[in-house]
Amino acid sequence: MTPFQYHRAATVAQALQLGIGGAPAFLGGGTNLVDLMRETVERPDRLVDVTGLSRAIEVTSEGGLMIGAAATNAALAEHPMVKTAYPMLSRAILAGASAQIRNMATIGGNLLQRTRCAYFYDTEGSRCNKRAPGSGCDAIGGFNRNHAILGASPACVATHPSDMCVALAALNANIHLEGVGGMRVLPFIDFHRLPGDRPEADTMLERGELITAIELPSLTLASQSTYRKVRDRSSYAFALVSVAAALEIDDGRIVDVRIAFGGVAHKPWRALVAETYLRDGPASLEAFQKAADAELAAAEPLSENGFKVDLVVRTLVAVLADLAGVQA
Amino acid sequence: MPILINGNPRSLPDDPRVSLLDFLREELHMPGTKKGCNQGACGACTVLVDGERILSCLGLAVQYEGRDITTIEGLSVDGDLHPLQKAFIEYDGFQCGYCTPGQICSAIGMASEIRRGAPSHVSADLAGDIVITREELQERMSGNLCRCGAHNGIIDAIRETMTAEVQG
Repeated sequence: MTPFQYHRAATVAQALQLGIGGAPAFLGGGTNLVDLMRETVERPDRLVDVTGLSRAIEVTSEGGLMIGAAATNAALAEHPMVKTAYPMLSRAILAGASAQIRNMATIGGNLLQRTRCAYFYDTEGSRCNKRAPGSGCDAIGGFNRNHAILGASPACVATHPSDMCVALAALNANIHLEGVGGMRVLPFIDFHRLPGDRPEADTMLERGELITAIELPSLTLASQSTYRKVRDRSSYAFALVSVAAALEIDDGRIVDVRIAFGGVAHKPWRALVAETYLRDGPASLEAFQKAADAELAAAEPLSENGFKVDLVVRTLVAVLADLAGVQA
Repeated sequence: MPILINGNPRSLPDDPRVSLLDFLREELHMPGTKKGCNQGACGACTVLVDGERILSCLGLAVQYEGRDITTIEGLSVDGDLHPLQKAFIEYDGFQCGYCTPGQICSAIGMASEIRRGAPSHVSADLAGDIVITREELQERMSGNLCRCGAHNGIIDAIRETMTAEVQG
């Protein structure tokens, strides 16, 4: 680990002040950042510990939920209102990592975790445009079974590793940000980036900007939602693919639907094509299948991950069938 | 403010790069907490912070200033083993023993999670009462790997001890 200074921020203003100049990094639970620093993938010259900032989880005047960025994954997953009003979010968090890690990891940090692409981690022997811009990508043509099938670029085929973020994309949470220039709010699906020719930038976060809170909108259909994760072992593994979905049906027709995928792209993948196809249509297996196929029409699998196309289609159909109560 | 290790106040390391795990093992010479993968994949370094289980390899010691850390060395009282330690012996919950301190600290943290009603990935009803099935315990303990293959004994020991404790 390269040497760094450690500071603990007592207020947002203090955190922002400590984040000016040099190569700072805000520190949440550290479950990803400390590991990346040990591997020298990340080399900040100082850490600004923001776990002392707001971790409150409070109902908003609009009936949604405001979640302080320092809240732990565990606290959010077991919050009474999240369990009943946003079950896909509880289930997504509980499908990720282990209980120990969920006790440490913060909500803000979860959004900023980096890809688990092995070439990104391999500082000694591999080329990686995300770690060292312009050096090349050894995942393309290499071991890419876990990599992206949607929205990738010739520069980067990495996937975003978070489960929680897949649910937040489906819910279209608002991300509250604060920088020295002021505050702003970003819709969740505009926060993470596709790689393009700048894969080193995972998000739209500006230099020195801090995530202060995540706001869940009041969303009736979210109470009928779930998250399904497919992985190589039944626990404590990253997703091959995952699906977060919410479905509201009236008299056999779909009133509203929300769908997002994990494990398939550089960002949590909101399946807007499938949603548009399904909305105002019949809640039938045939419709679910066609919607899934339409979303995956743009898929461009790599040498070893072609299986993900079928896998995510079948997982989506199964999840929607479950939510609709029809036989898959 | 110092850090409390099994009730004893200790000074934090000067170098912020020292992980909580290395602080315990190398600076305080408390080797009970084990270093397995050192990257958050095995659970051998599990300790309790204010009663909650965490991985000490992924935390910097300085992050835990003022907090109350419990390690495997802090579980016995006046030489009398913790009931879970006794159960691990009774049920053959280990072979080489390297994962054992992490397994035991993890199980103690798990018991308090169950007591306060925290659901798991396999809980059918997120908001309902938790039924302590074998599947529930396996999922909740999945962050602790045992390469000797003592998992069945581990779950037996935990089930025996924790069922009584959670209900009691």
